[in-house]
Amino acid sequence: MMETTFTPWAGLFGGLLIGLASAGLLLANGKIAGISGILGRSFFGATGDLGWRVAFLVGLPLGAFVAVHASGDPLGFAIASNPALLITGGLLVGIGTQLGNGCTSGHGVCGMARASRRSLVATLTFMGAAGLTVFVVRHLLGGAA
Amino acid sequence: MRTALALVCGLVFGTGLAVSGMTNPAKVLAFLDVAGRWDPTLAFVMGGALLVSAAGYRLTRRRERAWLGDAFSIPSRQDLDPSLIGGATLFGVGWGLVGLCPGPALANLARGSFEIALFVAAMMAGVVGYRLFTREGTRPVAQPTH
Repeated sequence: MMETTFTPWAGLFGGLLIGLASAGLLLANGKIAGISGILGRSFFGATGDLGWRVAFLVGLPLGAFVAVHASGDPLGFAIASNPALLITGGLLVGIGTQLGNGCTSGHGVCGMARASRRSLVATLTFMGAAGLTVFVVRHLLGGAA
Repeated sequence: MRTALALVCGLVFGTGLAVSGMTNPAKVLAFLDVAGRWDPTLAFVMGGALLVSAAGYRLTRRRERAWLGDAFSIPSRQDLDPSLIGGATLFGVGWGLVGLCPGPALANLARGSFEIALFVAAMMAGVVGYRLFTREGTRPVAQPTH
């Protein structure tokens, strides 16, 4: 388990950029910047919308690549190495976000910004479930996740 | 133009994720671990994002259409159904197991890490599997939700 440092300014600045991107996509294209929704509809959504969806999704790693290489990645990167854990987590995130119509961006940022009741409840639910999961894994099972 | 603007928004979003440290699963898990050495950074990320995003949403209320001429696709549902709660719960458990949600998972593809590739492959399998299973994709999508 890697210990991390509290970085409020970097967090706030990065958050402002995320907000800017969400506001931009909404004002310019009229679309909600919910990653899981954009991802899900890239597979079976309306074909006329495929272009902007893929463009937005491709922008994510490109933006991160530039930021990490320009800054030397001061905030680090540490991920679990257990393949079973990675696969289980990935499947749950994939299925859960489609069933629940959104993730941290769609519900947590865009939905909460609109004061949507569904998004508020979804955000509290996934935050609670995630917090409980970490508590069980780290403090009850003593795992390394 | 729509595609170009979406790419720019994706670039800014990905940059924001990396700058905020949310591409580091350890930092996300440290936020979720309130009983451990708590790192509240994620709350600042969310606060900053909400501030600008809410301002952007307010601006849409004064307009009929988006700048590029499309109607705003804003979800109108208000009902709380079992799918919402169940889906959010499953997502939360997966998020808590690894510390990755969809945005940071995709942004991290830039790292060329095997762990990220495996997680994203499983996530894609979950997304596609769910959509195939529910046949949601075969119905015309009139009003995108999120």
